[in-house]
Amino acid sequence: MKLTLRVWRQSGPRDKGGMVEYKLDDISPDASFLEMLDVLNEKLIADGGEPVAFDHDCREGICGMCSLVINGTPHGPERNTTTCQLHMRKFRDGEVIDVEPWRAKAFPVVKDLVVDRSAFDRIIQSGGYITAPTGTAPEAHAAPVPKPDADAAFEAAECIGCGACVAACPNGSAALFLGAKITHLGLMPQGQPERWDRAVSMLDTHDGEGFGGCTNTGECTVACPKGIGLDVIGRLNGDYLKASAGGKKK
Amino acid sequence: MNDELYDIGDPVVDGKVPAGPIEDRWTTRKFEAKQINPANKRKKKIIIIGTGLAGGSAGATLGEAGYHVQQFCFQDSPRRAHSIAAQGGINAAKNYRNDGDSVYRLFYETVKGGDFRSRESNVYRLADISRNIIDQCVAQGVPFAREYGGLLDNRSFGGTQVSRTFYARGQTGQQLLLGAYQALMRQVEMGNVELFPRHEMLDLIMEDGRARGVVVRNLINGEVKNYTADAVVLASGGYGNVYFLSTNAMGSNVTASWRAHRHGALFANPCYTQIHPTCIPVSGDHQSKLTLMSESLRNDGRVWVPKKGGDDRRPADIPEDERDYYLERIYPSFGNLVPRDIASRAAKNVCDEGRGVGPGGLGVYLDFADAIGRLGRDKVEAKYGNLFEMYERITGENPYDTPMRIYPAVHYTMGGLWVDYDLESTVPGLFVIGEANFSDHGANRLGASALMQGLADGYFVLPATINDYIARNALPPVADTAIAEAEERVNGRIDKLLSIDGDRSVDSFHRELGHIMWEYCGMERTEEGLRKALELIPALREEFWTRVKVTGKGEELNQQLEKAGRVADFLELGELMVIDALHRSESCGGHFRAESQDDEGEAKRDDDAFGYVAAWGWQGEGARPVLRKETLNFEYVKPTQRSYK
Ligand SMILES: Cc1cc2nc3c(=O)[nH]c(=O)nc-3n(C[C@H](O)[C@H](O)[C@H](O)COP(=O)(O)OP(=O)(O)OC[C@H]3O[C@@H](n4cnc5c(N)ncnc54)[C@H](O)[C@@H]3O)c2cc1C
Ligand code: FES
Repeated sequence: MKLTLRVWRQSGPRDKGGMVEYKLDDISPDASFLEMLDVLNEKLIADGGEPVAFDHDCREGICGMCSLVINGTPHGPERNTTTCQLHMRKFRDGEVIDVEPWRAKAFPVVKDLVVDRSAFDRIIQSGGYITAPTGTAPEAHAAPVPKPDADAAFEAAECIGCGACVAACPNGSAALFLGAKITHLGLMPQGQPERWDRAVSMLDTHDGEGFGGCTNTGECTVACPKGIGLDVIGRLNGDYLKASAGGKKK
Repeated sequence: MNDELYDIGDPVVDGKVPAGPIEDRWTTRKFEAKQINPANKRKKKIIIIGTGLAGGSAGATLGEAGYHVQQFCFQDSPRRAHSIAAQGGINAAKNYRNDGDSVYRLFYETVKGGDFRSRESNVYRLADISRNIIDQCVAQGVPFAREYGGLLDNRSFGGTQVSRTFYARGQTGQQLLLGAYQALMRQVEMGNVELFPRHEMLDLIMEDGRARGVVVRNLINGEVKNYTADAVVLASGGYGNVYFLSTNAMGSNVTASWRAHRHGALFANPCYTQIHPTCIPVSGDHQSKLTLMSESLRNDGRVWVPKKGGDDRRPADIPEDERDYYLERIYPSFGNLVPRDIASRAAKNVCDEGRGVGPGGLGVYLDFADAIGRLGRDKVEAKYGNLFEMYERITGENPYDTPMRIYPAVHYTMGGLWVDYDLESTVPGLFVIGEANFSDHGANRLGASALMQGLADGYFVLPATINDYIARNALPPVADTAIAEAEERVNGRIDKLLSIDGDRSVDSFHRELGHIMWEYCGMERTEEGLRKALELIPALREEFWTRVKVTGKGEELNQQLEKAGRVADFLELGELMVIDALHRSESCGGHFRAESQDDEGEAKRDDDAFGYVAAWGWQGEGARPVLRKETLNFEYVKPTQRSYK
């Protein structure tokens, strides 16, 4: 395949950055999007240029490390797919493709297509866990979990923390990410004792990190490579409200 | 003999396995370990490299115990460690299915599955602890698959006949890692763990022969800094990426282990590589990695190839009686569920006979038609839906309509740094956990046992043994000279890599090395091929150090520089793997020497000559390695020829 790429190049956080055009003419339709960028980078190196920096690790759609806004859409045009699982056969021969980093106030650009998503870790630090010190756990069968709850918890827990929801949201909100964790833990009996504090402190951290508020535009769920639904945001809001109204807030 | 390749050193005496019945050894060890009182723990510092299942669980537990932990990983978040990709499940001897499972059976099968090249005491402990792991993870909210009654569900995996594998759809590693990660994040919030993502350890700080810290590079701005501690833990994962194409994440590498090896940590059984039978075949030159299709698929998928060579009809057009369900035919009692080494070699054999399917004839079918007929498409979708989707995304083919094509690929490395029963390496103060150590799997690893080992090491074993080391050793502050020396080594190497300014990219070297390794030290090894590799690798290494081109600067985010350092280490490790494979002229588990097979083409072990762990010592650049043997004693599971027929 022949392609024209317009790639965001930015040498560092203080650089202004801009789009640079590259031509590729021998791309296999079986290559993944990242493999296509590998080919571009090999070419840049051979021509004495600087390869494009981008984040990736598992290349299996599960680690959440890859990002990239492709033709204006986080993770590109295919639904429920990460960039590393997007294959070139989904593009047309001769297509012009724009490649940009995640854009959000809370995700500053580090270099080229690489952004800093550590705010997500800080949200989890503020309550996204169940307190269960090692070695003191009861026998696993002591507390049965109804299958529908376990399945729903699992589906929310599938969030890979990639940040596409934030990049897609006009407000730069991380409500989908947050809602997914609240839902995962809140659906399990083990997660009940800390449920209310968790909602409050995680949402406080979220706001403090510079993520915007949720106005239910739904772009997040469309961009989510794991198909996490808007219902998790409903649950987040519900838990937060109950926690505040019921005086359960710390 | 291969005397020209290595020296023979003193045997390794297996340290710290307590005497007595195997069931009591771990309890005895824990009881004898010296404790540190909580107030003093706060003054003790532990460095952990890696945040996968092993490192994440260790960091969470040691932080909770009160130590001051500093923890590093090269990804932007600990949650992205390679462990996240594990699909199939984790074993535990809970006997929830009442199918006769027990700690002893899990122990027995793991020793047998490892082809009698693992240490009995360690494996017993692993099997025993496996039950606590499930309790711990459930308490953390890991959403394992459940049955309608609300109890945990199980499935079975290759190499076993009981159902003891706990799973969370095809994303078990993800869910287990998130559990450990969340527990770790809690410790970060409490101030017990200091976290350094996007940092790469590039060397050890050594003083008086002990590991006293690390030198790391901040991958964002390139700053090289030192961190000192009372003990250092490597949880840095496996080295399968030496093959370039593997199922490992792109960043997985051997640098942390290899740098430690150069300071005296023995590297054990480097040639033991697990080749996984169910991966998606290579599609072209652009290929950067291979994708695993979970082994659990073999519970319902049937493996076959056409009976005739060169039969290129569509699979649906090949009638039943012209298909060869070769695993069911050769191994009637295990069928499609034979262990990985057996299934991989069988696939290679039928492809070598010219009966492989798909491009290049390097593939076999994994067919779900029967299962869809028997269970209905819905059930199959519920069980394997996400795997099917992944397959379709990568290949553009729909596995509900046409069988998947699979081929073996490098997956896991059973070799690693040698550790004693306490998980301490031959460098005092350096502990090694998870896939980075060699200890529990022997020559082969059964499915669902790496996750088990990572979590056993991190949650339960290391936290009980590292106390003892810290309590027994007076560890004064580290001298500036030791720190300066380590920093100098790191800066010198970075400068050297950047100054070569040659004409070949880092990746081109990595691909070429991978090719040599796969060709000559892959699924089947011969004396001749291995000797050939021993000519090619040193030559390639020399070329690397004169022709590699590393773009950019040291003081910035520089992914080429990161890769170059890792590939440089792979070029040294590769040679050691080949020497190890050459010296071990028997076949066992993941190591199949063509010269050592029985009349039916099955692997022939030689316990009298090779019933040992090969632990290799570094003797300096350009010098031969030294081979030190740890004899393996089997008191409980008597070595027999492994048969799955
Ligand atoms: C696709 C796939 C499926 C699998 N499925 C299963 C399964 O179903 N069941 C099973 O039991 N096993 C499975 N495995 C194997 C299992 O996932 C791994 O063996 C295990 O997760 C390794 O865990 P670990 O903690 O030792 O290392 P890893 O998870 O690899 O973690 C390594 C850590 O070390 C860090 N690191 C490495 N080097 C450095 C350095 N120099 N400086 C700083 N940080 C460093 C990394 O950043 C990372 O945090 C699977 C593996 C793959 C690839
Ligand atoms: S690289 Fe891991 S999800 Fe894409």
